[in-house]
Amino acid sequence: MTQRVVITGIGALTPLGVGAEALIERWSEGASGIENGLGCCREYEPTEHLSIKEARRADRFTQLAMVASDEALAQAGWADGPSVDPDRVGCVIGTGIGGIGTIEEQLEVLRVRGAAAVSALAVPMMMANAASGVLAMRHGLKGQCYGTVSACAAGAHAIGAGLRMVQHGDVEACLVGGAEAGITPLAQAAFEGMGATSPSGVSLPFDARRDGFVMGEGAAALVLESEEAAKERGAEVLGYVTGYGATADAHHLTAPDPSGGGASRAIALALADAEVEPDGLDWVNAHGTSTPLNDASETEALKTALGKRAHEIPVSSLKSAIGHTLGAAGAVEAAATVLALRRGIAPPTVGWEERDESCDLDYVPGDARTLESDGRPLRAISNSFGFGGHNAVLCLEAA
Amino acid sequence: MPTANKEQIEGRMTDALESFGADRDQIKRDATWESLDVDSLDLVELAQIVEEEYGVKMKEEDMKELKTVGDAVDFVAERAES
Repeated sequence: MTQRVVITGIGALTPLGVGAEALIERWSEGASGIENGLGCCREYEPTEHLSIKEARRADRFTQLAMVASDEALAQAGWADGPSVDPDRVGCVIGTGIGGIGTIEEQLEVLRVRGAAAVSALAVPMMMANAASGVLAMRHGLKGQCYGTVSACAAGAHAIGAGLRMVQHGDVEACLVGGAEAGITPLAQAAFEGMGATSPSGVSLPFDARRDGFVMGEGAAALVLESEEAAKERGAEVLGYVTGYGATADAHHLTAPDPSGGGASRAIALALADAEVEPDGLDWVNAHGTSTPLNDASETEALKTALGKRAHEIPVSSLKSAIGHTLGAAGAVEAAATVLALRRGIAPPTVGWEERDESCDLDYVPGDARTLESDGRPLRAISNSFGFGGHNAVLCLEAA
Repeated sequence: MPTANKEQIEGRMTDALESFGADRDQIKRDATWESLDVDSLDLVELAQIVEEEYGVKMKEEDMKELKTVGDAVDFVAERAES
């Protein structure tokens, strides 16, 4: 019998503000953290959270992960380190790119001042596993520790990996999440060059006017624990990760399978893992990037996996409010999903107005929607799909 | 290479160590790396600065002998003059 896995801490740092509360409060109000076509964490000031040494040794993506994980662990009652055996606490943090700000900066140093001037901190800052390693050191987590790298599905894969680790009994708890700070000249030019980002600078998931995604940055962290261990120490349970499904499209390096085949299989696997029928699902927190291709194929995938239920339940995209936080997105969205379920609402797809023929579901325009469930706990899926054809879906439940 | 006296070298090292996160008031000649929370990564950075500014190489085996700020200042000053 596998362990039921609970969430006992949630932290987030997003374009909507510092903290998980800012994320859910402002998204629920229909606010947007996007300015001038970018979703930057403008309210984040490193010196308010980190010492000089901590900040200068960590790329921005790792810094964001540090702030989010401090919040999550404090909520779990582990601000000063885990109260269970640290050898039995894991740490898995996803990122799409890693320390690209550091790479770009040090490339400039190499070109201008030569190889000898390249910083000794370049490698530990740019490596994609830096966030997981730094968090393990910061909090004394000595179980399995690594980064997941699967583009925009990385944060969801990290949560899935932590879920399996706890279910299997490899660890009692696992700090999981995702972090990205890819709003840099090279990354912006590269995404623009491939036609992925919005020329108009507007994030309009599932709307007929959508023309690409808006780059965002941020991080989120969750503390996962076996239900038994959490109960034993009297921790407050915020929600449950009940299912996980992950597949590959094996179709195209960047374009999704138009039929949504890989995505629909991931959704079906997550529901089966959670032992939930489509009728038992109350809300979809979609990947919804605002690219013409993703939103159409995700809509297809939802209809394939959920059948008529796809037309009955709300489908929201957080990217309408913060843009696409790439490798952080799966974690930020899972965090937002649990927080919304706790409030009993489906926050809106901010700005949605014009129906597109290929996107014919209920995308929650306008205000947040109240969710009803006849007394049973509210349930949602959080979808994440990444370049490379990576699909990861989490099934989440309110406590 | 520019000629440098001990005060200048100590001043430059103090600036560097402060930028690494050490408390400026604690950075004295007799302060140990440990007391300043300066670790091996910081020392590699310090060596890069010293080499770029004074042309003096502080190799790993040299570092082992240098326990304090004063040790490092003297090491660099001796070699920068020669």
